[in-house]
Amino acid sequence: MSLPLLSLVTFVPLVGAALILAMPRPDAARWIALGTTIVTFALSLMVWAAFDPHNPGFQLVEKMDWLGGGISYHMGVDGISMLFVVLTAGLMPFCIAASWESVQTRVAEYMIAFLVLETMMIGVFCALDLVLFYVLFEGGLIPMFLIIGIWGGKRRVYASFKFFLYTFVGSVLMLLAIMSMYWYTGTTDIAALLANPHFPPQMQTWLWLAFFASFAVKMPMWPVHTWLPDAHVEAPTAGSVILAGILLKMGGYGFLRFSLPMFPSASEMFAPLVFTMSVVAIIYTSLVALAQEDMKKLIAYSSVAHMGFVTMGIFTLTHQGVEGGIFQMLSHGVVSGALFLCVGVVYDRMHTREIAAYGGLVNRMPLYAACFMVFTLANVGLPGTSGFIGEFLTMLGAYIHNSWIAIFAATGVILSAAYALFLYRRIIFGALVKPTLQTIQDLTAREVAILAPLVVITIALGFYPKPVFDVTTPSVAKLITDSKASLALDHANHGALAQAAGDKLAAAEKGTGQ
Amino acid sequence: MYAAIVFLPILGSAIAGLFGRVIGARASELVTTGLLFVSAALSVVAFNDVALEGHKYIIQILPWIHSGDFAIDWTVRIDTITAVMLVVVTGVSSLVHLYSIGYMHEDPHRARFFSYLSLFTFAMLMLVTANNFLQLFFGWEGVGLASYLLIGFWYTKPSANAAAIKAFVVNRVGDFGFALGIFGIYFVFKTLDFDAVFQAAPAMAGKQFIFAGHSVDILTTLCLLLFVGAMGKSAQLGLHTWLPDAMEGPTPVSALIHAATMVTAGVFLVCRCSPLFQLAPHAAEFVTIIGATTAFFAASVGLFQNDIKRVIAYSTCSQLGYMFAAAGVAAYDAAMFHLFTHAFFKALLFLSAGAVIHSMHHEQDMRKMGGLWKAIPFTWAMMLIGNLALTGVGLPYLGIGLAGFYSKDAIINSTFAAHTGIGSYAFTLLLVSAGMTSFYSWRQFLMTFHGRYRGLDHQHGDHHAHGHDEHHAPKLEEVHESPLVMLVPLAVLALGAVFAGMAFTHFFIGEGAHEFWRASLFVGNGEEGHLPVWVEMGPLVVTIIGFLIAYYYYILHPDLPRKLAAKRGMLYVFLYNKWYFDELYDFLFVRPAFWIGRFLWKKGDGMVIDGLGPDGVSARVLDAARGAVRLQSGYIYHYALAMLLGVVALATWFMALGGAL
Repeated sequence: MSLPLLSLVTFVPLVGAALILAMPRPDAARWIALGTTIVTFALSLMVWAAFDPHNPGFQLVEKMDWLGGGISYHMGVDGISMLFVVLTAGLMPFCIAASWESVQTRVAEYMIAFLVLETMMIGVFCALDLVLFYVLFEGGLIPMFLIIGIWGGKRRVYASFKFFLYTFVGSVLMLLAIMSMYWYTGTTDIAALLANPHFPPQMQTWLWLAFFASFAVKMPMWPVHTWLPDAHVEAPTAGSVILAGILLKMGGYGFLRFSLPMFPSASEMFAPLVFTMSVVAIIYTSLVALAQEDMKKLIAYSSVAHMGFVTMGIFTLTHQGVEGGIFQMLSHGVVSGALFLCVGVVYDRMHTREIAAYGGLVNRMPLYAACFMVFTLANVGLPGTSGFIGEFLTMLGAYIHNSWIAIFAATGVILSAAYALFLYRRIIFGALVKPTLQTIQDLTAREVAILAPLVVITIALGFYPKPVFDVTTPSVAKLITDSKASLALDHANHGALAQAAGDKLAAAEKGTGQ
Repeated sequence: MYAAIVFLPILGSAIAGLFGRVIGARASELVTTGLLFVSAALSVVAFNDVALEGHKYIIQILPWIHSGDFAIDWTVRIDTITAVMLVVVTGVSSLVHLYSIGYMHEDPHRARFFSYLSLFTFAMLMLVTANNFLQLFFGWEGVGLASYLLIGFWYTKPSANAAAIKAFVVNRVGDFGFALGIFGIYFVFKTLDFDAVFQAAPAMAGKQFIFAGHSVDILTTLCLLLFVGAMGKSAQLGLHTWLPDAMEGPTPVSALIHAATMVTAGVFLVCRCSPLFQLAPHAAEFVTIIGATTAFFAASVGLFQNDIKRVIAYSTCSQLGYMFAAAGVAAYDAAMFHLFTHAFFKALLFLSAGAVIHSMHHEQDMRKMGGLWKAIPFTWAMMLIGNLALTGVGLPYLGIGLAGFYSKDAIINSTFAAHTGIGSYAFTLLLVSAGMTSFYSWRQFLMTFHGRYRGLDHQHGDHHAHGHDEHHAPKLEEVHESPLVMLVPLAVLALGAVFAGMAFTHFFIGEGAHEFWRASLFVGNGEEGHLPVWVEMGPLVVTIIGFLIAYYYYILHPDLPRKLAAKRGMLYVFLYNKWYFDELYDFLFVRPAFWIGRFLWKKGDGMVIDGLGPDGVSARVLDAARGAVRLQSGYIYHYALAMLLGVVALATWFMALGGAL
């Protein structure tokens, strides 16, 4: 292993950003951004190729001293994180292509913001040091703020306000947790912390809650989800794609990387809370989605419901639940991204996201209707699309854990069919009577080139998800055995403590008795 | 080679769907239809090989979901019950493809139509050839998708779009139970493969597990959950409301999906799981109760429908109830036999109705028909055969009759022979339903083909808008037979409707049954004993009575029905409005869902969460800030700056700390 692949895939976008700075003409910026993201994607595929699926540990590791004090530049991927790198790098060219014509102001800055964002996001999934992780995790918000705030819609200030307030509260708490972990263990190295997680149960509780505050907002879980619909509505199309496709996944990734393996006792203790919040999210946001009048808001609410399946699956600590959660995140990254791209297609033409402004599009846009149908069905979780597999496995895991959870979650499956097909009907089907729509054009070649690969991926993964499972299975198995082992250790310690306390009490009693 | 049976239709679907515009409608029709006929021919070979010669095939295709111990593969399993379904599905599907070439010839979207038809066939074949519950579920949802697409095929019709969504969502309600059943099966058996589950099932009989916080009998619970899925797909009482609305789709679709194949998937599921239901007597009793009640309910609603397709739709619903009733009393062989014969005569009836509609220029209201037999004698004859087969005309002691005679009488007899309270309940309802079946079938037949032609009458008292008001019924002289491409499939199905019972009764329910089904289906000892004469004669008698009543009202006194309808007696209104299920569901589920959604959005998200959270906080922050800071335009940069400063501060802090350590 000669090439520092992970550093390359992380920082090549930054190089592209620098190039754009040097040549800030709009056209050059577009082409450089596209070229850079494609190269990055190719590099991410090389990461996949170099990845050994049989090894459950961290691979392609790079480690250098960074800030001193044991804080290092430590990169590496395992089966849990590797595919998120590919997903991020894979979605990015679509975002650039989707912004080709719709973004006409400050093009160079826009492209730079996206490329910086890409570096941050890929870095999050590769980082093996808590500080590095934190810097990238929070740093990613900056370009996202800018994207929403500068290229967003009418209420962008309100949306970014909300986004800021939510994420800020969460991240402050996570920072505190990271500090106390450092004080307790003397290291911020994730691999080391994973290899030897030994926080006392009491401390786990607080650490877990602090991390949870950050990740739950990111996911977002009910009831801290209300920033998402606003952020989505105001964000430009590509911003929504990244928000739904990648940024939301950081929360789920955080649960898998930190909460479960490092704080197993707390995870076990809080699991009922997570299940409740997940199930409420699934049902509540599905019902809310049913009542939406804005296309993007509807899809945003459906994202919250889908992320509910992820958190539900992850905290069952069953193989199917965890792996289903990962698959659901990957699939949702593609499908929700594609749905937002579909909204962007008609938004670019009509400049409205109001559902009532559309109707009967199939009459003039059959290709668009077909693509939108595929993603709608994947969103509904139809078998044969990627959306089914994650949903099914997480519910299976939930059932194994407690049948009530699966029963509640399964009602979300009914509701998702209702809101998704109702949306489709209002936009696509019916007679084309609105005068404004009479001249609307079907997909352009550029739009076909964007949507067609996503259609293929959605269906291919639905029928043949093996490439994903090959990567994730060993690491998931390791995660579960490790978590269970340290959980058992915690229980044993706890038992020993209780035993000791009991002995003491008994001895004391004996003493008084005498 | 047998895998091709399943995959040829999807190949055709892909060609027509992706390249339909390039190769044109005619080529799309020929490709899909041609591939379907090849598939049907292979199915006949498979039937001979598997069902008659006793082989069994399990062909591995690809791995699907492998997660931990959970392993599911794509497979093609062919045993006898599958072979029967293969013949039914590919047989009817290929004929419907052929018929559609004629029926749809004016439609501009034929390539899409044929692509959907073939897609449906593929999904249905995946369903019947599944070797595990999950692939079955794939096919199950896949046929649901195809049904959704085809019901909504004429997408400019709002009623069609509404019906399509209704079909999908109501089926999802059933799938809710089915999915939980699958989870439960995996939880209990640690596998979803049929053979492994069925082998392990006896050890679980009578044991309990925790479901939804209660300790309940394992197999009873699992079977009931699976049956909820079956109720949705097969439109049984409670989850039936989508089927009549599904008639918004083109008539060939009604024949293929909503009569002969997809709706029988629920019966297939119960029969496939007969080793489980056999060990769960309470679940089986529930199946019989629902089946018999549906048979009665749907027949009663069918009595007074005026849309030629809706009559047949309710008839289908009712006949599916017969099949479930039989399955519930362990007469799985009779249920499968009725499924088999029903596919022929119900497809025949639907396609004949389609031919009538085609000849009548898309008129579906029977009140505007009458006397058509002179104009379209061939269609008349086909419909006659279909009705004779459906009403089960035959001679009890000689054992000669049309298809329905063998299978339907076998079902009615099996409920009687069960000698249980629930068996008697089912027997009574099924016998009454047989009379009603006869009445509505002959009423439909007489209203359509006999009496006076009413196409040009403009006054009809109770006019319900079916969305066909734009069609003007033609003059009687303008009503012509349909083209040959539509009539040939009718003739083939008619042969099946006449002879399928006679030819196969030995194998399906006779002495050859054990040899025929082998391990694929639980077959009882087949000894019904001697049935009383009145039981043997009962179905024939009520059928004749039903016919006579229909003849009295619609031929001898054709004014009476309209007068009765005008009086709008309570029972008539109740039946005409389908027992008010739609209104009830709208009131109980649909409106509240939208209302709650809006409430949670505006009040929950808007007032409570945002009000207490960000909006409240930001309002306070703004209040405080207003006095101190003059706010300028670029808020965002401020936050960005704050973030950057934070990151820098952190790095500095750690560096300082790093220096200190």
